[in-house]
Amino acid sequence: MKREGTLPPSSFSLKTRTGRVLLLLFLAVLCTCILGPMLGNTLLSPLQVIQTIAGASGGANEFIVMNSRLPRTLVSLLVGAALGVSGALLQGVVRNPLAAPDIIGVTGGASVAAVAFLTYASGSVGIGWLPAAAVCGALLVSMLIYMLAWKKGVTPMRLILIGIGIAAIMSAMTTFMIVVSSSVSAAQAYLWLTGSIYGASWNDMYAMLAAVVLLTPLALVFAGSLNAQQFGDDTAAGLGVRTELDRFILLFISVVLAGAAVAAAGAIGFVGLIAPHIARTLIGRTFAPVITASAFLGGLLLFGADVTARTIFYPVDVPAGVFTAAVGAPFFLFLLYRNRNHF
Amino acid sequence: MAAKKDRKAFVFLLLLIGFVLAFAASLVFGQTPVTVEQAVHSFLSYDKNSTEHIVVRSDRLPRAVIASVTGASLAVAGALMQALTKNPLASPSIFGVNQGAIFTVVIGIVFFSVTSLASLAGLAFLGAAAAAVIVYFLGSLGRDGLTPVKIVLAGAAISALFQSYTQGILVLDEAGLQDVLFWLAGSVSGRTLEMLQPVLPFIGSAIVASMFIGKAINLLVTGEDIAKGMGQHVAALKAFMGLLVVLLAGSSVAVVGAVGFIGLVIPHAARFFAGNDYRWLLPIAALLGAVLLVAADVLARLLIMPQEVPIGVMTAMIGGPFFVFIARKGVSGV
Repeated sequence: MKREGTLPPSSFSLKTRTGRVLLLLFLAVLCTCILGPMLGNTLLSPLQVIQTIAGASGGANEFIVMNSRLPRTLVSLLVGAALGVSGALLQGVVRNPLAAPDIIGVTGGASVAAVAFLTYASGSVGIGWLPAAAVCGALLVSMLIYMLAWKKGVTPMRLILIGIGIAAIMSAMTTFMIVVSSSVSAAQAYLWLTGSIYGASWNDMYAMLAAVVLLTPLALVFAGSLNAQQFGDDTAAGLGVRTELDRFILLFISVVLAGAAVAAAGAIGFVGLIAPHIARTLIGRTFAPVITASAFLGGLLLFGADVTARTIFYPVDVPAGVFTAAVGAPFFLFLLYRNRNHF
Repeated sequence: MAAKKDRKAFVFLLLLIGFVLAFAASLVFGQTPVTVEQAVHSFLSYDKNSTEHIVVRSDRLPRAVIASVTGASLAVAGALMQALTKNPLASPSIFGVNQGAIFTVVIGIVFFSVTSLASLAGLAFLGAAAAAVIVYFLGSLGRDGLTPVKIVLAGAAISALFQSYTQGILVLDEAGLQDVLFWLAGSVSGRTLEMLQPVLPFIGSAIVASMFIGKAINLLVTGEDIAKGMGQHVAALKAFMGLLVVLLAGSSVAVVGAVGFIGLVIPHAARFFAGNDYRWLLPIAALLGAVLLVAADVLARLLIMPQEVPIGVMTAMIGGPFFVFIARKGVSGV
């Protein structure tokens, strides 16, 4: 019976529109891997970048490309992908087009844990544990939100309202730690909270790569159940989908991805909201391709924001989160307008 | 009916006593211990060589006064907003008023080197009004008009938008950041009474005016059709209430920065005492708001001495759970 919900294998085939869109997005992502290292104060040619990555060049270019621009490009792609997938899963599970990890407080939970870690534990525990702390924070807060929203079941509206309330508390706790702590420079922490990929390292890249590569396929496995859930819990149960368990697993994946993204890049907003919407506009509602496309689109969005952020106001490195919010908040309002009769 | 009225008057009196106590506590408690006697003397026979007297007069009195005025002002603004939108979650911070005001003030400081407090207050009005009007407009689109969820979502998005612009500006002008950081978090410390002066006429007249429209608001909240049938100029009343809200919320944020949730929590607490009778609800809310913000400020000083918790953090820690509580209870109507 579960086959009802899974997608026909042809979705990923090039003969369908979906397949072609996914291929194009994938190629676009590949291009950014070259484009990213090209752009900056010193412009490089595509050939120089490829030579440098292949190890054939050396000198100044190698430092710029390998130590700064390439890891930064890859981290922006991976963080964006994690946020895109996280948002797609969340919107699917709570069946609300306005849900996103940053809006309902998941990102806030990760930020509190990360700032607490930086403030109180970074002396005694290695900085390598920061992602674990952020993910734990995200998980704990999500559980809290889900429990508070639970009242003989969870309605999407209540989940979002309570998430917004929790997000406000989390932001107060973070502000508190930043203002009070003397060890973290308040200005630095403030920038970090906006979300920035400044100073991305290869370690960030590997951590994000592990999270995205392990969890996205897992999400795809459970995506079939999301298709069935779109028709409501009863239909899904009738189709043999174990709604609560599947929903829990999908939420878990979504939260872990959001937490990992915060650990690498701070609280970047709105990517998790926008990417799934563009994905659905491009390729419809079947979840496995939407999740895949959200990963690519999220990556591209954040890459675009980060490149804009580091080039336009050079030498100042504006946090990428400023640009994602400047684009994302109006988009959110547009969504609100389009759904104005449903709330 | 008379008994009920007595009860409300009794509550009002109790709150008045509570306010005096909180105000006195605000003068006495803090990093430099001051006795009640010293506090009294600092007003009667000011000795400029006494540390205690200086602390009371130049630090604690201004913050107690500022906390009282802005607390009352935010609470009344919240009560008016909840009546205006028939929405229990409406309040200045939910409407994005804080972030709107902060945005215009930061623009004024960074790009136009505005330093005069009166002009900054004016800018804060402008930002607060812009945010509130946009959120009100966006929230009322659609078939069901102003629903709680739409307002909260529109407010969250507008806040995020203004916040991102503010952050962008502050990143480009890092020197400015350190100055406004504590203010971004909301604070009543380090402010002089001169900062309150330019906005005091606005707050004062708006609070007084709101005390006179309680009866009209009572009619409005029973239903606009009924109010119209009774010959009330509904549109004029609503516009007037909107103006009061902008004056109150804009003035407060100009003085203390982003202090949220007072406007959300207090009207509900006041409703608990006064019912839905706005003739009593508004004055009780004003007093209660003053008491809460003064008390929160005292607590903020004592919790982690010698440092201070920003007052905006304190109110969010109190108000956030309250918001969750109301959202959980259900938000069908006021």
